[in-house]
Amino acid sequence: MSATFRIAGAGRLKQAKIAGFSFDGRPYTGIEGDTLASALLANGVHLVGRSFKYHRPRGFLSAGAEEPNALVEIKRDAARKTPNVRATVQELYDGLTAQSQNRWPSLAFDIGAVSSIASPMLSAGFYYKTFMWPKAAWKNLYEPKIRAAAGLGVAPDQPDPDHYSARFAHCEVLVLGGGAAGIAAALAAAETGVRVILADEQAEFGGSLRFESGAKIEGQDGFSWAQSALAKLSAMDNVRVLPRTTAFGYYAQNFVGLVERVSDHLQSPGRDLPRERQWQVRAKRVVLATGAIERHMVFADNDRPGVMLASAARTYLNHYGVAVGRNIGVYTANDSAYAAAIDLKKAGINVAAIVDLRDNPTGPAIDEARALGIEVNFGRAVIRAGGKLRVSSMTVQPKNGGGERTIPVDAILMSAGWTPSVHLFSQSRGKVAFNDETKRFVPGIYAQDCVSVGACNGTDGLSATIDEAYAAGAKDAGSKPAKGTKPKVDASESWSRGMLGAAPGAGADATVKAFVDFQNDVTAKDIRQAVHEGMRSIEHVKRFTTNGMATDQGKTSNMHGLAIAAETLGKPIPQVGLTTFRAPYTPVTFGSIVGLARGPLFDPTRKTAIHPWAERQGAMFEDVGQWKRAWYFPKPGEDIHAAVDRECVTVRKTAGLFDASTLGKIEVVGPDAAKFMELLYTNPWEKLEPGRCRYGIMLREDGFIYDDGVVGRLAADRFHVTTTTGGAPRVMNHMEDYLQTEFPHLNVWLTSITEQWAVIAVQGPKSRDIIAPLVEGIDMSDEALPHMSVREGRICGVPTRLFRMSFSGERGFEVNVPADYGEAVWEALWAEGQKHGACAYGTESMHVLRAEKGYIIVGQDTDGTVTPNDAGLDWAVGKKKADFVGIRGMARPDLVAKGRKQLVGLKTRDPKVVLEEGAQIVADPKQAIPMKMIGHVTSSYWSQNCGRSIALGLVAGGRDRMGETLYVPMPNGVIEVEVTGMVFFDEKGERLNG
Amino acid sequence: MLLIRCPYCEEERPELEFRNAGEAHIARSPNIAGESDDDFEKFFFIRSNPKGIIYERWRHMHGCARFFNAVRDTVSDRFLMTYKAGEPKPAKLPGAAK
Ligand SMILES: [Zn+2]
Repeated sequence: MSATFRIAGAGRLKQAKIAGFSFDGRPYTGIEGDTLASALLANGVHLVGRSFKYHRPRGFLSAGAEEPNALVEIKRDAARKTPNVRATVQELYDGLTAQSQNRWPSLAFDIGAVSSIASPMLSAGFYYKTFMWPKAAWKNLYEPKIRAAAGLGVAPDQPDPDHYSARFAHCEVLVLGGGAAGIAAALAAAETGVRVILADEQAEFGGSLRFESGAKIEGQDGFSWAQSALAKLSAMDNVRVLPRTTAFGYYAQNFVGLVERVSDHLQSPGRDLPRERQWQVRAKRVVLATGAIERHMVFADNDRPGVMLASAARTYLNHYGVAVGRNIGVYTANDSAYAAAIDLKKAGINVAAIVDLRDNPTGPAIDEARALGIEVNFGRAVIRAGGKLRVSSMTVQPKNGGGERTIPVDAILMSAGWTPSVHLFSQSRGKVAFNDETKRFVPGIYAQDCVSVGACNGTDGLSATIDEAYAAGAKDAGSKPAKGTKPKVDASESWSRGMLGAAPGAGADATVKAFVDFQNDVTAKDIRQAVHEGMRSIEHVKRFTTNGMATDQGKTSNMHGLAIAAETLGKPIPQVGLTTFRAPYTPVTFGSIVGLARGPLFDPTRKTAIHPWAERQGAMFEDVGQWKRAWYFPKPGEDIHAAVDRECVTVRKTAGLFDASTLGKIEVVGPDAAKFMELLYTNPWEKLEPGRCRYGIMLREDGFIYDDGVVGRLAADRFHVTTTTGGAPRVMNHMEDYLQTEFPHLNVWLTSITEQWAVIAVQGPKSRDIIAPLVEGIDMSDEALPHMSVREGRICGVPTRLFRMSFSGERGFEVNVPADYGEAVWEALWAEGQKHGACAYGTESMHVLRAEKGYIIVGQDTDGTVTPNDAGLDWAVGKKKADFVGIRGMARPDLVAKGRKQLVGLKTRDPKVVLEEGAQIVADPKQAIPMKMIGHVTSSYWSQNCGRSIALGLVAGGRDRMGETLYVPMPNGVIEVEVTGMVFFDEKGERLNG
Repeated sequence: MLLIRCPYCEEERPELEFRNAGEAHIARSPNIAGESDDDFEKFFFIRSNPKGIIYERWRHMHGCARFFNAVRDTVSDRFLMTYKAGEPKPAKLPGAAK
C-alpha cells in the first residue's frame, strides 16, 4: 500500500530509507524517522484503538508523550511483547509489528462497544455504585467481567528476556527538556565549564521547534538551529546529551530519576545493548524546560478518529511530511490552531473552515488565514462531530444558540490553549500558583534548587523564552563566565491564551459524550454529576470520576476537569485546587526499575569455603539468610528422612563432620574487653580464664533474648565471640551502638571475623581420634583440653583456633582455620574420619541432634518475647552483676509475672506422630472455638536416636505442668502430648566426655 | 534519596549508606538496675515523634560505621544539621528562623 498522505516536499524525513511494518496483520510502509503514528497516518490509518470503558473507536490525539488514545502492543517475538506503547512515541523500524488492544473480535467491529449502549450504567462513580450489590457477585461476576472487558493491553506471559542497566550520575546543571529553552539553558551552562546533562524524551531535540515553522534563530529555521546547537553541545567534554530519555521522577535534594530507551527503536538490537537504562542523577541545580501541552476542545463526540490537537497535525506535516486529512476543519479558542491551518493550506490541503469560539480576536495569524482564503467563523462552536470510525463532519452553531450548519470534514484540529508542564516542578514539592489573567498554573514557590524556564514557566514567545533560559543556565553555574553569546531570535510565533473547561458543544443533557479524559472515558457530564452528588474537593472529583487517573495522568484533561468542577461549584479555580502530580511522569517499565537486580543478582549469595566439597558430595542445600548451607548429604536412594536418620545415628555412634563456617564471629579486643562483655552479655566474664569458653546470652534493653553463642577467651584482652548465623550483622551493630554511644569510655575494638575463619565441627565419640593426628602444639587430653575450652595451635600446618565444645551433646570440637585453608583442612579431616566410619552431616541433622539435647536455637525456639527465665536459662544470668544490657528490662512486672510461656519438651502420646512446628497448643480440646491457646510448638523432629518424635514448645506456665497432657488441634484431628523436660537424650550429659 | 552529611567523614553521602537508629539524647542511666518502672518506661518506651524538628541518631553504616546525631524536619525531610555522638543538643539551628 502506498503512503498516500505523504506530502511531497513537506517534512524533514529522507525518503531514501523505507521501512516496512504491520499493524493488526496488514502490511504498510513508512520512512525511517517516522513514529508508528506518523507512518500509519501517512497510510490514511486513523482508527487505532478502542477506549477503556465504552470501547469507542479512537485515533491519534497528539504527536507526543501526552497521547491518551493510541496505545498499541509492539511484538518482537513470543517473549518480547510490550503492551500500552504510545504509537506517537514508538519510532518505526523495518519489520515492526504492532497490534491494537482492547477490542474483540476486530478493531472495526467490537462487541464491547455494546457497553456504549449500556453507558448510563457506567457513568461517574460506577465502580462504587452499580456493582456493589450483592457482595458475592462483585467477586465472582462483576469484577472479572469488568477486568476482562475494560482495560488496557495484555501483560506479557513470559519472563522478560531483555536486560536493563542502571547508572548514577552527578552534575552541576541538569536540564530537563530539549526544546529551545532547554538547549539555550544547556548552552549557557556548558560554556561556564561545569558538568551539564541535557535530557529529552524525543529521539530528536527541538521540542516545539519540530512544528513551529515560523521560528528563526541565528539565521536558521528553529529546528535546524536546535540540531547545530546540539552538535556543539555533544562535542563538549563537560556535557552529556541524552535523547529518548524521560525524567520520570523528581525526588529530594535534586535527585532525579530518568529512563533512557536505548534499543526500542532499533530493528535488531544487539545482545550487548540494554533495552533501557535508568539514570539516577544528583544535580546541584535543575533547569526545568518541560514546555507546555496543548488542550483539546470539549464538545460532543470529540473523540472520533481524525479529531486531534492542532499542534499534532502541524508536527505530522512539518516534521514527518504527513497530512492528517484532505479536507480539514479547525475548532479553536486560541491562535495556535490558525498556524496549523495555514501550514496545511500552504501544503495544498483544503481547510473547510476555522471555527473560533472567541468573539472578535485579532492578530497576524487571523489575517494570514483570511488572506489565504480560509473561511473564518468567530463566536461559534462546534457542537458535534459526525462519523464513527472516522470523523466525517462538524456541526457548527453560534455559541449562544441559533441555526446549525454541518460541514463535511475528514479531520478536525482543535486547540483550547496550552497547559504549562509543571509535573516535575510539582513533584519537587514546589507549589504552583494560579495566574488568573492567563488562566494557568505556573511555578510559584520553589522547594529545591531548580528553576523553570520557557513555556513550563508560563513564558510566552521564543525571544522571551531564550532570554530567560540562557540567563538561568549561566546563573551560578560555574566559575567561568559564559564565553558564548545568547542565541539570537530572528522570528517567532506568539500565541494567546485560550479557554478552560467545556465549550457550548459539551451539552448539558445526559446523552452527550464530550470527552474530558479520553483514556479513562470521562465526559464533561461525569464531572458535573460528581459535583451534584456531593464531591467538593478536586481530589474527590478525581477519584469519583477517575478523571486524570489513567496512565497519561491527565496531561490533556486535568485543567478541563478542574474548570468544569469549579464552574459547577460556582467557585474560582484556585479554591477548588489542583490535584497532586506524582511520579512517574509517563509509565516506566518494571524492567528499568529492577535493573540488574534479578535472578542471581537479586541478592548476594554467600558460600562457605567448604561449599565446593559439599557440592561434589551431592549435598542438598538450604538458604539461611544469604548463606547456602549444606542441608543433608543423601546417599543413593536416600530421601531426606533416611539421610538424616543415618547422619544422626552415625554422629552418636562414631562421629560426624559439619560445616559451621556461617556462624557469626566477632573479635572483642582491648584492655576493657572483659568489662565490655560483662555489659553486653548476661553472663559473668571477668573471672573466665584465658583458654576457657562460656555459653553467652545477649539481651536487648527490654530484657528479651537477642542472640546467643559460645565465647572463647583467647587472652585476658581478647574474646572470640560466636553469634547465630542470621544474627551476626545485627549483633555487630548492637555491640557497636553500645560501644560508641553508651560505653565510649571503654577501650575496646570490635572486628567482624565471620569470613576470616572457616569452621569445621567434628562431633562424636571418635572426634578426638580424627583430629588429633593432624594437630600440632595442642595437648588434646581431657585434662589439658576439657569441654568448653579453646587453644591456638596448628592443624595440617596452618593456624587454628581449636574449640572443644559441643552442639550435639557428644564429645566435640570446632576447628577454626583461615578460610583459604578451609576446604583443604576439611579434606584432611574427612580422610581421617573415613578411617573411623564418620559421616558428613548437614543443618537438618544438626537441628535434630541439638533438639535431642534440648539446646535452643534463638529465633526458632525464641521469638523476641522470651526471657532467659522463659527459656530455662536462668543459670546463664550473672546474679551478682550490677549492670548489663537488659538487666532492668528483665525485671519489669510482666516479665517476672507467673504464668509466662516457658520452653518445655513435648512428647506425643503416639511416638510415631511428629508435630508440626508452629502448631498451637490447648488445654481442653473440647472447648468452643475460638479455643484458648496456651502455647505453640517451636521445634519438632523425628529422632532416630530416641526411636520417637521429639518436640520443644512454649507453653504458659510450662515448667509447672510436667507430666500434664495437653492437646494440639490439627485439621485431621487432635494430637495428645505430654509435657516433659527439654532433654531427650543422655540426660546426665555423660557423652560430652564419652 | 536524601543526602546526609556525616560529621566524621565530613561530607554529604547518599542516604543508602546510612541507617536510622532512633531518637537521640536519650541517656541510659548508669544505675539502670535501680530505676523505677516509670523511669524505665520513659527511657525505653516513650519517644517524642514530633511533627517538625526531631533529634535522631544515624549510623554511617556503609562508610565510617560511626553513630552520630542529626536534626531533621519530619515535614520536609530536610536535615538541618548533623553532629558527633556525645556532643550536646545544638542551642541554635541553622535556618530555623525560616
Ligand atoms: Zn562517615
